[in-house]
Amino acid sequence: MAAIKFLRKKWFYVLLLVLALALPFLITNRYHFQIVIMGCLFSISTLGLNLILGYTGQASLAHAGFFGIGAYGVALMAKSGISFWLALPLSALLTALIGFLIGLPTLRTRGSYFAIVTLCFGVIVSIVAGNWIDLTGGYTGVVGIPLPNPLSIPLAGEINFQSLVAQYYLVLAFLLFTLLVMHRLVYSLLGLSFMAIRNNEVLAGAVGINPFAGKILSFVVANFFAGLAGGIYASLMGSISPSTASFELTFSWLVYLLLGGVATLAGPILGAFAIPVLMEYLQSLVEYRLIIFGALLIAVIIYFPRGLMGGFSTLEERVRAFYGRRRGAKSAVAG
Amino acid sequence: MLLQVKNLSKHFAGLAAVDDVSLQVREGEILAIVGPNGAGKSVLFGLISGLLRPTSGQIYLQGEEITGLKPHLIARKGIGRTFQTTALFDQLRVLDNLAIGYRLCTSGGFWSTLSHSHRWEEDKNRTTAKVMEALHFVGLAEKAFHFVPTLSQAEQKRLSIGIALISQPKMILLDEPTSALILEDTEQITDLIKKIYRVRGITVCLIEHKMRMVMDLAQRIIVLNFGRVIAEGTPEEISKNPEVIEAYLGGEYVA
Repeated sequence: MAAIKFLRKKWFYVLLLVLALALPFLITNRYHFQIVIMGCLFSISTLGLNLILGYTGQASLAHAGFFGIGAYGVALMAKSGISFWLALPLSALLTALIGFLIGLPTLRTRGSYFAIVTLCFGVIVSIVAGNWIDLTGGYTGVVGIPLPNPLSIPLAGEINFQSLVAQYYLVLAFLLFTLLVMHRLVYSLLGLSFMAIRNNEVLAGAVGINPFAGKILSFVVANFFAGLAGGIYASLMGSISPSTASFELTFSWLVYLLLGGVATLAGPILGAFAIPVLMEYLQSLVEYRLIIFGALLIAVIIYFPRGLMGGFSTLEERVRAFYGRRRGAKSAVAG
Repeated sequence: MLLQVKNLSKHFAGLAAVDDVSLQVREGEILAIVGPNGAGKSVLFGLISGLLRPTSGQIYLQGEEITGLKPHLIARKGIGRTFQTTALFDQLRVLDNLAIGYRLCTSGGFWSTLSHSHRWEEDKNRTTAKVMEALHFVGLAEKAFHFVPTLSQAEQKRLSIGIALISQPKMILLDEPTSALILEDTEQITDLIKKIYRVRGITVCLIEHKMRMVMDLAQRIIVLNFGRVIAEGTPEEISKNPEVIEAYLGGEYVA
C-alpha cells in the first residue's frame, strides 16, 4: 500500500527525472548507452502510436512508415546542407502533412480494415524507399548523414553531439517534450473526446463530437511524433535504409505498447525500455526469445488487457478496495 | 414550432420503415411517440438525429432545414438524444461521460489545449461546474468517480439522460428511457423527465411502450403503425380512438 502510494506522488516523478538526468554518470558502457538512446527514441514513437491506437482506438500499422518518412526527410535535407535544427521540424511537419493526406481516405475505414489499409501504406513506404533510387539511394540507403549541428547555448557554450552523453541528453529532451504534449492532450477535454470516439463512435457523434475530425487530428499528431523520432534516429545513426520503415518496427512498438500498457502515458516508455533490455539479457536464447515474448504477449492480453501499467492500477484498486472494506466494517462496528 | 417533419420516408431495401410521416414538436411540450414493435419509432429518431439519411422528406429545426446533416452537426444545433439500448462511454467514469456530453459547448481546440490558454482554463472550469450540476440533477453525485459498468441499470439510464441534457439542448429525444426497468425505477425516471421539462425547460420527445407512464407524462401523443402516423392528440383523445385501440392498445390499456 505504502509503496503504491509512493508511486502516485509527484516527487516520485521528480526522482525519476533526476535519475534520468544522472544516468550518464551511472552508465559507462558504450553499448548500454546505445540501448538507452534507442529506448528514448522508440519511447517517442510508441507514445505517438499510443495516441492513435491507445487513446483514439484506431490501430494504425503505418507507424514505422511515417518514422521512415521522417528519417529520410532529415537524412536528405541534412546531406544537402540544411541544418539539423531546421530539417528536423520541417521533416516532422512533412510527415504530419502526409499523415493528414493518408488519413483523409483511410480513416473512413473502421476497425481491422483501417489496420490493413495502414499496414499496406507502411509496406508501400518501404518499397518506395527501396526503388526510388535517385532520391533514396535504393536498398543501400542513405549513408553519411551528419550528426546534429553543434548548438551554442549561452553560458554553457557550444555543445556538439559527437559524444553519446550529448546524444542521450538530446533524445531525453525530445522525449520530455513528447511527454509534455501527450500529457496535455490526454488530460483535457480534447483527450476525453478522443477516448469517447474510441469507446462509442455513435454516441460521440450524438453528443456533438465530430469523430472523423478527432481521428484525423489524433493521427496527424501521432505521425508528427513518428516523424520526429525518425528524424533524430537518422541523424544519430548516420545511415538509414528501407528497413528503417519496415513493418517489423511497427510490430515491435506494438509489443512495447501492449506489454507496457495501452492508453497510459508511462506504459509506452516502460515497454520501450523493458523489452529491449529483456531481449539483451535473453540473448543466449537467440530466436527462442520470440517464443517467450509471444507467450508473454498472450498472457498480458488475457490477464492484463491494459498492460503492465494497467496491471499496477488494477492491483492498486484491489488493495484500496480491500482496505476500504476493512475500514467500512470498522466504522459500521463503531456506529 | 420547434421541430417540423415533412413527408419523411425511409426505405430499407424497398421496405418502408417510415412512410410519409409529417409531425410537429411544439416548443416546451412533452410529446410521446408510441406504437407497436417495428412501427418505425426508433428509425424516426435516427432520421431526426442524423444517424440515418431519409429517402425523402424534410426536417426543420426552428424553420432551419437539418435534413441529412451529420449527427454531430445536428447535436450542435440543439437536439440531444439517448438510445434504446443504453449507450454510454463504458470505459470511462461517470463524470467523464458527462464532461464529454458538455464538449460541444466548449471550444478547446488543439493549440489552446497544448498551450493551456486562458480560454482552455475557462472551459475547463465551466465544464467542471456543469458536470457537478448535472450529477446532482440526475442524482448520481455519489457515483461521480465510479466506472460505468458498476452502475445499476436505472443509474445507467439516468446517466444517459444526463449526457444528453448537460449541453442544454433545445429538445431531447428519449428512446425508451425506462425499458428493462422495474416499476419503482420507472417512476423515478418519469420524475426525472418531468424535471427536465419543468426545471431545465427542455422540450422532450420520447418513445415509450409503458402506456400508463405515457398517459401520465405526455401532453400530446403520436401513434405510429407500419411507419405511418395513425393518430395524434391528447392522452384522452388517444385512449378513446378506436383505430389506436385496434392497432396497439388492444386489451392492454383497458385492463
